[in-house]
Amino acid sequence: MSDPVSTGTTPEPPGTDPATGLGTMTEETSGSALSEAALVDVAPEVLANNLGEYFAAWGRRIRNGESGVLPVIAGLIIIVVFFQLERSTFLTAQNLVNLFVQATIFVVFGAAEIFVLLLSEIDLSIGYVAGIGAFVICELIAPPVNLPWWLGIICGLAATSVLGFIQGSLITRLGLPSFVVTLGGYLGFYGVMLEVANADPTAVGGVINIDPNSPVYKLVNNSMSVTLGWIVLVVVVALFAAFSLIRSRQRQAQGLTTPPVGVTLLSVGMVAVGGVVLMLICSANRGLALSKINGVPYVIPVVLIVLLIFSWMMARTRPGRYIYAIGANPEAARRAGIKVNRIKTMGFVLSAFTAGIAGLIYASNQGSMSTDINGGQLVLFAVAAGVVGGTSLFGGRGKIMHALLGGIVIACVFNGLGLMGVSTAVEYMVTAVVLIAAVTLDALVRRRAVAR
Amino acid sequence: MSTTESRPAGAPQPSDADGPLLSLRKLSKSFGPVQALSNVDLDLPSGQVTALIGDNGAGKSSLIKTVSGLWSPDGGEILWEGRKVALHGPRDAEALGITTIYQDLALCDNLDIVQNMFLGHEPLRHWMMDEGTMEKAARQTLKDLSVTTVRSIRQPVASLSGGQRQSVAVAKAVMSQAKLVIMDEPTAALGVAQTGMVLELIKTLSGRGVTVMVISHNLNDVFEVADRIAVLYLGRLAVSGPVSEFDRQSAVEYMTTGAAGRSAA
Repeated sequence: MSDPVSTGTTPEPPGTDPATGLGTMTEETSGSALSEAALVDVAPEVLANNLGEYFAAWGRRIRNGESGVLPVIAGLIIIVVFFQLERSTFLTAQNLVNLFVQATIFVVFGAAEIFVLLLSEIDLSIGYVAGIGAFVICELIAPPVNLPWWLGIICGLAATSVLGFIQGSLITRLGLPSFVVTLGGYLGFYGVMLEVANADPTAVGGVINIDPNSPVYKLVNNSMSVTLGWIVLVVVVALFAAFSLIRSRQRQAQGLTTPPVGVTLLSVGMVAVGGVVLMLICSANRGLALSKINGVPYVIPVVLIVLLIFSWMMARTRPGRYIYAIGANPEAARRAGIKVNRIKTMGFVLSAFTAGIAGLIYASNQGSMSTDINGGQLVLFAVAAGVVGGTSLFGGRGKIMHALLGGIVIACVFNGLGLMGVSTAVEYMVTAVVLIAAVTLDALVRRRAVAR
Repeated sequence: MSTTESRPAGAPQPSDADGPLLSLRKLSKSFGPVQALSNVDLDLPSGQVTALIGDNGAGKSSLIKTVSGLWSPDGGEILWEGRKVALHGPRDAEALGITTIYQDLALCDNLDIVQNMFLGHEPLRHWMMDEGTMEKAARQTLKDLSVTTVRSIRQPVASLSGGQRQSVAVAKAVMSQAKLVIMDEPTAALGVAQTGMVLELIKTLSGRGVTVMVISHNLNDVFEVADRIAVLYLGRLAVSGPVSEFDRQSAVEYMTTGAAGRSAA
């Protein structure tokens, strides 16, 4: 992936690589100033002047062991092939749409976890934070309160944000380890969630139903018509292409570092292809014999928009940049005048807020909210989705958008195991294996980066 | 031997008419019975490179920590441009224009050169960081400092050599309009070529009228780059003066015994 490899939280003593020192005298020309090994850390689009050089830079990265997402893609293919061989229904349009919807939950949970992972922290509580958020939303929009759906969602997300603020404040103000505080939150918020469920007399047996006419229900269970879907896709791709090219042109005119046009076109093309594949899968009839169901479930574009907003925030606003800075080198951030505690607390608030969105999708997917929500498993999936997507547990490295890849991998495993009808015991064990495998990959990448 | 000829011609001359940029008067700092600094009097003339040398435990670190505002002195005065100032924290020192570059350089490996140079001070436009302005200013600053070896200004600091990282840290200081740059062992752990690069950078910096204080163990570097030398010995200032008043022998004697055995001047 294009993000730089951080060497972690401890700043390396400068000049440990004598090989790179040879080319640094000022009279040297720039081209030979760095050894190939050091250039591996640089995103290909920064160095390349055209598409050919871009691929060459990619090749160099891969040859030097900086394989990026390739192992994850390879893993995904193996998983898909395995489940397809086991259950021929795996790669049907019906199951794939179901898988995508499941993936949206893991993707949003993954994004929630990435905010704190980038800070080199962890949040183990977001499973039940999401549960609390979902209960608040479902109770407020149902009788007897009957708030409008949007107000219910705002209240639910505000509630989860407060939980994040409390945990973040404990961690930063008292200097407590996030692992312990959020482990406490994991249990404590489970209790809070049960209380919130009990508070509603209409929640029979800890289950509260969502009115099928409510947008909260329709979010997952209704779809855009196929025609509308294609129109949206064409408009989005056209806007994205125009925006990218104009921006690229402007930057070039100002003499700023600009990725080659070919690379910009390539990314537009990949978005277009991805959108078309999604549309083709979602356009097939996935209803039972009598009723025809097709189109893209609303939740998919909603989640993509949420990820886009978060990505924009992380890349273009100060708090986003400061999260990366703190994750890599908190001391440098502090000396640069960044309010480290405030930004860290904000990271936990963002994480809990995003978990609230995940809770909303979870409830919508169930059509009801129940105290059966497995917050522990969801947290493990969240961490796994983040780490599989390339976010480092050691802070400072990763991107929100990569939760997309991580979430889809986790959804494939979860969905495939569901099709095979494995027991809960096996499901838990596989969950653990996926998480450990992802973390191992992260640790190996990090070790190689440090060794270099 | 004097090194002042190595300055680029036509560089802004230091305005030494109005006295030193920073003066320390009877500066003292102690920790319990340990006297880290005792009655240190030191002037840093504007636009000159002063090398602060001394054995381990001589008080070099205590001095820079006091001047950079991390520690407050127990006694004595700090005069900045002739006025008495009280430094209650690193922020106060920064506000005056004192930037300290520690050995760890305080760079974020995952951010690129531009992002590191503006960290904490990003200009905003419509709520967003103004990357265009940042990149142009960063490019210009690196050009002014004759840092030309980086492949791309958008490459992460993790991919830079030790000397280049030092350059980025210095450029960051210049960017923040620093008048006094204090560098703690800037060439420690660097190879020969990279040391040369950093020393060139220090000369360029002082050529631009920035006052520099370099803490160093390496006398080769000191005689190569410094205009003045100040020697600390057991928390006292043993001697300070233009580099021409020292030779290697006398500098070592001052460092090890606090006095010169034979007259060097």
